[in-house]
Amino acid sequence: MAEQMSRKPYVRAIGREWLTRHPRYLRYLLRELSCLFIGGWTLMMVWGLARLAQGPEAWAAFLEALRSPASVVLQVLALAFTVYHGVTWFNLTPKALPLQLGEGFVAERAIAGAHYAVWGLLSLLVLFLAGAF
Amino acid sequence: MAKSNKPIVWGPFAAGGTLTAFLTPVLILLTLLAALGHAPDLLAYDRMHAFASHWLVKLAIVGVVFLSLWSAAHRLRITCYDLGVRADTLVATIVYAIAVAASVAAAAYLLLI
Amino acid sequence: MSERVVELEVLRYNPETDQEPHFQRYSVPCREEWVVLDALNHVKENIDPTLSYRWSCHMAVCGSCGMMINREPRLACKSFLRDYEGVIRVEPLAHFPVERDLVTVIDDFVAKLKRVKPYLIPKEPKALEDGEYRQTPAQLKRYKQFTLCINCMLCYAACPEYGLIPKFIGPAAISLAHRYNQDSRDGGREERQEEIAATEGVWECAFVGACSEVCPEHVDPAAALQQVKIKSTIDWYLEHTMPWLSK
Repeated sequence: MAEQMSRKPYVRAIGREWLTRHPRYLRYLLRELSCLFIGGWTLMMVWGLARLAQGPEAWAAFLEALRSPASVVLQVLALAFTVYHGVTWFNLTPKALPLQLGEGFVAERAIAGAHYAVWGLLSLLVLFLAGAF
Repeated sequence: MAKSNKPIVWGPFAAGGTLTAFLTPVLILLTLLAALGHAPDLLAYDRMHAFASHWLVKLAIVGVVFLSLWSAAHRLRITCYDLGVRADTLVATIVYAIAVAASVAAAAYLLLI
Repeated sequence: MSERVVELEVLRYNPETDQEPHFQRYSVPCREEWVVLDALNHVKENIDPTLSYRWSCHMAVCGSCGMMINREPRLACKSFLRDYEGVIRVEPLAHFPVERDLVTVIDDFVAKLKRVKPYLIPKEPKALEDGEYRQTPAQLKRYKQFTLCINCMLCYAACPEYGLIPKFIGPAAISLAHRYNQDSRDGGREERQEEIAATEGVWECAFVGACSEVCPEHVDPAAALQQVKIKSTIDWYLEHTMPWLSK
């Protein structure tokens, strides 16, 4: 005689515990949090534009405010996070834009490498044009 | 299921993410140098003012500001959801509004230069 | 052949008697070369026959034995005991309801597979007498990687977005749709776009990339999803700015 099986599936709630299941989830969070620094720095630049529009004294005050210890620390952090954003972005680009060549694909390292090369050259160009050296 | 209009939001995010990956690090380096007392020549008032006076540069600056802020806003929206904030529509409205408002502000300031 | 006693901490849940799952500890004498599945089989055969779990091929091709081993989605038949120290925690695959013990309810996944129409919708229907569809090695290579999926659902367990948003169609289903979209014989992309370009299609993906990291067959579903996002975005802008181009 077959018994009636009673099903009662149990749904496990998900909160934030997934973040600690594996280091990759914290690395993901770090990558995402780079947005706070990129966004924050850009907002600071918009503020700088406002000061630039207000004239030389305002601009000088803006540059002076940049020299505070807090500003230095935040900008170092912003630079680190932005570079992390760039590195993760360039490393993931070949997955989003695979290049098929005949029966093979262009190596992911080559595509990412090309991005790094352009990034390096562009950065040097900007530094040069801005008179940093 | 109908196709989503998410590309409206995702397109600028992808463009902004690419732009900030290539350009933002060196830009931060410029202001960091200024913060450390070695401000590059371009950051002197006369040079900066002259630079920002050109209409093409103004356009470029607004573009860079908008795309940078939009991609940051989009990421922040997703991160909020990941961290348990369920009110996605509210968060989205706030972050995108800030991005747009700041971009408009940048344009306004540039028009004064 | 040396032996070692392995401590397994296994999630138990009997829908007929339990309100909630609980953990049960087993001390299992194991051979050095065993995998977690061997340890579970030993438990079932010698210690506790009531333990329920899915498994079949024991060689990582059927996709049945997916479970959380120390909080990481893995195939039990591919998880070697020598790689683990101390107590090994075994739980059902994350983000799926628990049917009983280590058995999950996979109805949602199966339904999603069906929705993406994972079969050839030929560009031009051909009668048998007209012969085969011909395909060059290069055309095959374009989608081959995405054919390797064994439907093990480890990617769904790894994906936090699927965990947070159960409506998300998910990595494997979307990769499978992409596999057919990339197939030169297929003409069904527009139909599949209705599903995978919807909000709960590819747009819930945040490119965490965990799916590709846990995939035992190196399908790289994350890559498939980003490729779908880009194509869908280009389509959207073309449709909305130059509607005369489509169809």
